[in-house]
Amino acid sequence: MKLVLLYLIGLIFGVGIAISGMANPAKVLNFFDVAGTWDPSLAFVMGGAVVVTFVGYRIVFRHSAPRFASSFQLPTRRDLDVPLLGGSALFGIGWGIAGFCPGGALPALGTGQMDVVVFVAALIAGIVVAKMLGKIGRRAAS
Amino acid sequence: METAFTPLQSLAGGVLIGLSAVLLMGLMGRIMGATGVLAGFIAPAGLSDWTWRAVLLAGMVSGPAVVLLVTGQWPEVQVPMPRTMLIIGGFIVGLGVTFGGGCTSGHGVCGMARLSPRSIVATLTFMATTGITVFVVRHMLGL
Repeated sequence: MKLVLLYLIGLIFGVGIAISGMANPAKVLNFFDVAGTWDPSLAFVMGGAVVVTFVGYRIVFRHSAPRFASSFQLPTRRDLDVPLLGGSALFGIGWGIAGFCPGGALPALGTGQMDVVVFVAALIAGIVVAKMLGKIGRRAAS
Repeated sequence: METAFTPLQSLAGGVLIGLSAVLLMGLMGRIMGATGVLAGFIAPAGLSDWTWRAVLLAGMVSGPAVVLLVTGQWPEVQVPMPRTMLIIGGFIVGLGVTFGGGCTSGHGVCGMARLSPRSIVATLTFMATTGITVFVVRHMLGL
């Protein structure tokens, strides 16, 4: 039951991404290209997603725990640090070059297009290298 | 490359993305962040940790096929840039989201909805650098 629901949640996300335009690099880059072929559609994606999540989370958090787990796993940090800012800045540079973000690319894999496979392979390589660098950094600091 | 303005379709997509984030929190107590789900799938904490991520990812990947079944058309995935840029961009995205602890879904949707200061700053930061990068790539380098 739990796994069926998880699959359906993934599917809702995947369909949402696919119809929203977030899986389409041409559309994503046009959202940012205010000086050129501007397409403001993606503002509606983020707007819709944030409003629904804002309201839905408030309903969910009235419960003491999620249905299938012992507790909500939420980030608790509130400080701003260099990895957060530098990492986010770097993410934006990559997004601007490739036109895919992780949440856009993963559902797009389902179209079977080789471009998406290439992007996701490079994305995974980046994640693995960053994790290794993080480990080395923590070892050097301790 | 011009793309059509699709406010209703994009809004509907956004609502579904939000719905999936709410359901994942309500059922599993987890943030719907593509970065976190994928990173944990590559290096899971154990079998059950890997399983829920794998099933969620399988659902995500099925999305385009369901769109095809319902509408008779694959969702558009137009890639106007050369493959080298996908590789370079993809690698940089991987570094960035790992150090920054999230991407458009984790910080931009779930974190913003929780009014997390870290996510709000992260989102403003990557939206700004994406805009600058697109301007540089398209209007200064002419790629």
